[in-house]
Amino acid sequence: MTEPAAITLEHQPRLRKLFRLQWEEVQQQHVLLYPEGMVQLNQPAAEILKRCSGDARVAAIVSDLEQAFQQTNLQADVLSFLQIAHTQGWIEHG
Amino acid sequence: MAEPTVVLPGVAPGTAPAPAVRPPLWLLAELTYKCPLHCVYCSNPLDYMAAGKELNTEEWVRVLKEGRAMGSAQLGFSGGEPLMRDDLVELATEARQMGYYSNLITSGIGLTEAKIKALKDAGLDHIQVSFQDSTKELNDFLGSTKTFELKQKVARLVKAYDYPMVLNVVLHRLNIDHIDKILALAEDIGVDYLELANSQFYGWAYLNRDHLIPTRAQLVAAEAEVNRFRERIGDRMKVYFVVPDYHAERPKACMNGWGAVFITVTPDGTVLPCHEAKMLPGIDFPNVRDHSLRHIWQDSDAFNRYRGDQWMQDPCRTCPDKTKDFGGCRCQAFLLTGDATQADPVCALSPHHHVVEAAVANAELEKPMISRPLVFRLDKNSQEFCKL
Ligand code: SF4
Ligand code: SF4
Repeated sequence: MTEPAAITLEHQPRLRKLFRLQWEEVQQQHVLLYPEGMVQLNQPAAEILKRCSGDARVAAIVSDLEQAFQQTNLQADVLSFLQIAHTQGWIEHG
Repeated sequence: MAEPTVVLPGVAPGTAPAPAVRPPLWLLAELTYKCPLHCVYCSNPLDYMAAGKELNTEEWVRVLKEGRAMGSAQLGFSGGEPLMRDDLVELATEARQMGYYSNLITSGIGLTEAKIKALKDAGLDHIQVSFQDSTKELNDFLGSTKTFELKQKVARLVKAYDYPMVLNVVLHRLNIDHIDKILALAEDIGVDYLELANSQFYGWAYLNRDHLIPTRAQLVAAEAEVNRFRERIGDRMKVYFVVPDYHAERPKACMNGWGAVFITVTPDGTVLPCHEAKMLPGIDFPNVRDHSLRHIWQDSDAFNRYRGDQWMQDPCRTCPDKTKDFGGCRCQAFLLTGDATQADPVCALSPHHHVVEAAVANAELEKPMISRPLVFRLDKNSQEFCKL
């Protein structure tokens, strides 16, 4: 894999096939499930990953989140989380 | 299981109070003890032939429902060989509908193309195939049946049906020198995750321990080979190399603590905190035929016996690491000291650590002392243990 290291606003990130994102009622949080493992996500992380469909560009994800949660200036947070998610191998750039 | 909570910069993590007994996030369904293989390191109980009648489909569905309602999210279908159950596809369908992430843990025997397709349609998430070794002769010897070519075919099928592919190989003295071939095979098949797990010494592996403990030199060479491979393969494959605990200074955090994350339901419905725990004497492990899973997990004596740290004695009781490793493995403590409340003797601080050191030292001898010939996991051998 020779993908560039940094996620930019132009990328269209997609959750990798190995992972499934779902709400867990008992834990009252979203989790990422993968072969024999689980990552527990807080709400912002889950909201971002939900939008990693492979169709939406990061810029669109940011504005969608800003609108949905009536906030501004989320760009830096979103980019830095996506960077973590990419390093962890949860998403691919697209 | 990794449990990191990801926290965005500037966002506080959730502050909900933790319930006293956490949910059993991982449910292992050992569907059957039937298995066409006879591995010398098998972790099934020696007296598996004494187990009661297998749970039927309806009973398993009830167990899965109860587990899911308590928060189980990861589900493992294992055994024995789970493909020996003819209701596997039905159970996988139910599991998917309930929202489990389901893992099939198989030797691959019995996994035909039609079965793979049916399981895929049922919503099975992942298949883990285990190989004894990549060398046909040795594999046949260790598995004691002609299985290697079949498994290779199966692994390719798993990939072809677009499953994430986890290949598991149990390493030990007799196969660890073939690590280069195992790695080459994994690369060839296009594995996503490769688990190289050094044999643990319970059950049949404990009987065969003197044959299976590797030398330090073998371990060092194997790990170096693995590291060279990792460098070359990069992101294409994740390779886990689990150092055998006999060669470590501290024990593993066994099961993440007793009754903390894992719940195992055995073929006849007996419920265990780990698939080895049946060996512990003086504990009445409850059965899903008599109680709900919730009662068993939360209230039974068996599950509360080694929860927390009240049961500990020194050195664990006063050790700062007890919240990290929970004193290691209860079964290993019992096997090696006769007392399940001792520190796991793998720990250098354990007063019984010399037992582990002696076994490791024996392995370093040119001709290690062997207490008995290799014992294969065979029904007739198990029957002998049932008599004891
Ligand atoms: S370890 Fe070998 S013998 Fe034991 S259940 Fe697994 S495949 Fe069968
Ligand atoms: S003394 Fe007990 S708690 Fe401390 S490191 Fe050893 S096993 Fe773990």
